[in-house]
Amino acid sequence: MVERQPALTFLSHGVLWVGIVMLVPPVWIAFVASTHPLDRLAHSPIPLLPGDQLWENYSTALSEGVGSAKRIPVRQMMTNSLIMALVISTGKIAISITSAFAIVYFRFPFRSAVFWIIFATLMLPVEVRIVPTFKVVAQLGILNSYVGLTLPLVASATATFLFRQFFLSVPRELAEAAQIDGAGPLRFFVSILLPLSRTNIAALFVILFIFGWNQYLWPLLITTDESYSTIVMSIQRMTTVADADVKWHLVMATAMLAIIPPTCVVLILQRLFVKGLIEVEK
Amino acid sequence: MESQYIFRGRVLPYILVAPQLAITLVFFVWPASQALYQSLLIEDAFGLSTEFVWLENFTALFQNDDYLNSFRVTITFSAGTTMLSIGSSLLLAVCADRVIRGASGYKMMLLLPYAIAPVVAGILWWFLFNPNIGILAYFLSRLDYEWNHYVNGTHALWLVTMAAAWKHVSYNFVFFLAGLQAIPRSLIEAAAIDGAGPFRRFWRITFPLLGPTTFFLLVMNVVYAFFDTFGIIHATTSGGPARSTEILVYKVYKDGFVGFDLGSSAAQSVILMAVVIVLTIFQFRFIERRVFY
Repeated sequence: MVERQPALTFLSHGVLWVGIVMLVPPVWIAFVASTHPLDRLAHSPIPLLPGDQLWENYSTALSEGVGSAKRIPVRQMMTNSLIMALVISTGKIAISITSAFAIVYFRFPFRSAVFWIIFATLMLPVEVRIVPTFKVVAQLGILNSYVGLTLPLVASATATFLFRQFFLSVPRELAEAAQIDGAGPLRFFVSILLPLSRTNIAALFVILFIFGWNQYLWPLLITTDESYSTIVMSIQRMTTVADADVKWHLVMATAMLAIIPPTCVVLILQRLFVKGLIEVEK
Repeated sequence: MESQYIFRGRVLPYILVAPQLAITLVFFVWPASQALYQSLLIEDAFGLSTEFVWLENFTALFQNDDYLNSFRVTITFSAGTTMLSIGSSLLLAVCADRVIRGASGYKMMLLLPYAIAPVVAGILWWFLFNPNIGILAYFLSRLDYEWNHYVNGTHALWLVTMAAAWKHVSYNFVFFLAGLQAIPRSLIEAAAIDGAGPFRRFWRITFPLLGPTTFFLLVMNVVYAFFDTFGIIHATTSGGPARSTEILVYKVYKDGFVGFDLGSSAAQSVILMAVVIVLTIFQFRFIERRVFY
């Protein structure tokens, strides 16, 4: 701070409090709703403080499922989401780091063609090419499978860029020294480059985990078999019944369960998260 | 393009890029080219006959009131989302940059919405404003304001805009805060010595220096509002009432998977790709500027 201005500091705190008061209620109300029996949510005004049904509601949702998605329990959806998030994040990191390594450290024919093809994926988000991508996945026969759920989302231009930028900043001498000492490219990659990239990998993992967990449109399209449905996409199915029939207490319990894992990741790994966010988008 | 060019190898580099390249070609390049091709065809609903029609799908789109409406909705929606989200996060970042006590606590709370999926954000706001039991709808009714996003298109658009902006505040906040912390203290101190008050310092020094960050965030917010908000719309208003929240991405999905009008859906995909390409170029121009900055 440049000078002491108690009034302005006070104002800053005030604004931050207002900001938090604006940001938190949706989550708070969802939490409160998830701790009450359904009949307390049937007419306005609904309670603003938590009730005593927390355990009942969450265990019902986790073990029995909700509404029209009744056949599979939320527990299994969470497992699916976890598998999806983990496969997407590790897959993206693995294939991006190897291709960045090839692009930076080798000279080979079609090198820039490869680079530009990977680059092009930046301009083609799933939402834009929904129908034809769905057709490809259908023709490959991987609808309703973990492969179909994850593989098409694993390519990543941003991760490749991030690693490319990082490798370019690694002093050339390191690779030369390794070479003089008789290390081949793979040895250099495993023993020197990977340990150096540790923080970058971790930061990227945080961002990609959230990305994978929060996928919506893609799982919605390719899973017609409910045993593969993820928690984030199922919340929508739980609310597509007549307004009076929505089991709000269980829907909100499910929403809380969908929020908790990525939130924990963000809060516990806050430093890495901020670093990852800024670097991924740079 | 720069490179370290150190190792020699005939096969190894191809093995290293093969997985990424294969996935890119199969799931990105090929579908995109299919979309391009499909956008030039008209197919009947059963896929029995196809006819090559050049640009007819595109001209039909731009004469279609529903499509033009969808364009207007998307522009209103993304402008609203961007302004709400950037405005509030800039204010919050400036304040968080000022305070010392409790700063990390504030930051933690403000990062929270980032982790929440757009569709969940949509459902949470949908619940808050539910005309029968929503708590905010209840407060509004106490103020004699009848809120009903099931019948009122303006209410529905406000609802999805708020949900989208709410979810994106954290993202903008992180970038603004990083931008603010990168501004050299000496500049601000020099201005203070010259007698410039806090507000004047903000408008004359801080804000212009945040220019590149703001510009970057503008582009990213538009991208977000255009493409990443599908979940919010799909889970809450489904484009309604009366198409008042039918954004372009939602319409591509609806025409392709619900209406089975593949030619038109593909043409819409192609138009959206053009939008992404323009935005990506914008963003890269910005990065170039930042290097010289």
